[in-house]
Amino acid sequence: MSLVHLTINGENKSVEVPPMKRLLDVLREDLHLTGTKEGCGEGECGACAVLLNGELVNSCLIPALQANGTSLCTIEGVSTEGHLHPIQQCFLEKGGAQCGICTPGMILATQHLLNKYPNPTMEQIQEGLAGNLCRCTGYMRIFESVQEAAKLQNAGAGA
Amino acid sequence: MHSDVTQFDLAAPPSLQAVLKQLAAEPGKHAPIAGGTEMMVALGAGRLQQRSLLSIQHLRELRFIRVEDRLLHIGSGTTFTDIRRSAEIAKHLPLLVQSASWTGSVANQNRGTIGGNICNASPAADTPPALLAYGATVTLVSASGERTMRYVDFHLGYKKTALRPDELLHSIHVPLVFGDHRQYIRKVGTRNAQAISKIALAAVAKVEEQRLADVRLGAASLTDRPVRCSATEAVLSGASLASDALEETIRLARAALAGETHAIDDIRSTARYRGAVAGNLLEEFLRSLAG
Ligand SMILES: Cc1cc2nc3c(=O)[nH]c(=O)nc-3n(C[C@H](O)[C@H](O)[C@H](O)COP(=O)(O)OP(=O)(O)OC[C@H]3O[C@@H](n4cnc5c(N)ncnc54)[C@H](O)[C@@H]3O)c2cc1C
Ligand code: FES
Ligand code: FES
Repeated sequence: MSLVHLTINGENKSVEVPPMKRLLDVLREDLHLTGTKEGCGEGECGACAVLLNGELVNSCLIPALQANGTSLCTIEGVSTEGHLHPIQQCFLEKGGAQCGICTPGMILATQHLLNKYPNPTMEQIQEGLAGNLCRCTGYMRIFESVQEAAKLQNAGAGA
Repeated sequence: MHSDVTQFDLAAPPSLQAVLKQLAAEPGKHAPIAGGTEMMVALGAGRLQQRSLLSIQHLRELRFIRVEDRLLHIGSGTTFTDIRRSAEIAKHLPLLVQSASWTGSVANQNRGTIGGNICNASPAADTPPALLAYGATVTLVSASGERTMRYVDFHLGYKKTALRPDELLHSIHVPLVFGDHRQYIRKVGTRNAQAISKIALAAVAKVEEQRLADVRLGAASLTDRPVRCSATEAVLSGASLASDALEETIRLARAALAGETHAIDDIRSTARYRGAVAGNLLEEFLRSLAG
């Protein structure tokens, strides 16, 4: 067993887990943060995506020990004080979420994308979300949600 | 999950020296894990052989990009995202930037390393063709010292490399001599479509008075390992691109490349297709030089 220290959504946590346990399972089983989903378990679908030190990663491919000392943001950390984040609001309004399994990963991938490109082109949106698979929406509504979120954030930043 | 994770051990020694000491103390007992994008998939699928792993993902000593002595040095722990963000690599090695952009999603590129890509030694990996065309060398380190070899000599066979069990890949070096070369890279097929085909060709060459010089070709999926196509390079050396000679140059080059393409047994059915696609890519490169 290894002692793993994490800053998760701004809170310090320590867990004692097998060092090769997947970060995904540490989040869901040890920290009871079940917003992060498992789709494929092999890096292909992005349902398990989280931000690790600000970088988008798939938590199903990260051994617990490699997360030691890092700062994580999961879907539970995206909203503030009970208010949906603008990205979440846009997914809701534009129909970017249906069954919801892909949504936590999509939202974090969107956040990562908009940090990098506040005004993403369609090509940048498609590349940024290429690792996130969705079986429901057909993607168009997701792309529209991202464009809307970019608009909203830029308007907010300009105000 | 198909593997019982409690059966695996993982440690993160504080320095490169500490990792090397542990590898040397019990050769073959431990395996390094970098970004884990190969090894964690193997773990999930129940086919991870090594039980004891040493993380090298956090080692700053292995994560760098710098220019020194007319060489670009890339640490083995450099991620694909690092490569795509580097102004130095964009300026000197555009084929490497292009190939890094193919290695899966953003999340995969944030984690996967160039060292893991070449040490995993898949014949279909994306960065080897560019490194082969650029004539890279690699430095391997162990507790007892280091050695540098040509990258073409690093791949010994299917998933077999020159690494000893006590060694790590330290870094990759590319000579900065391609300012006057024309450069080309293309990949056909996706990772998921590997059963059908995935061919990649990276090529650099100089064109002097319609003649080819210093042609270097690196390819994926043509044989059991990433290869430099030296017989084809030899045929193309000095060959003419003039309009009355171009078709013959292409014909000879395609024949030479076909001669260098070797089927891997389990994918024999697609070997002819792969050979044809590789020939098409080479032809596209040559026509682009002539045009
Ligand atoms: C969803 C997905 C998509 C992918 N798409 C692509 C793709 O399109 N193209 C492509 O080429 N690859 C692809 N990959 C494969 C993988 O991401 C790359 O091969 C990556 O470069 C592996 O690097 P890593 O650091 O994650 O390797 P790890 O999994 O950490 O290690 C891989 C192997 O290399 C060894 N190793 C690592 N570093 C060293 C070192 N410094 N010295 C000695 N040995 C070392 C390890 O022991 C292990 O055997 C994909 C993977 C996933 C999960
Ligand atoms: S569950 Fe991690 S990428 Fe699919
Ligand atoms: S909303 Fe169902 S998978 Fe995307």
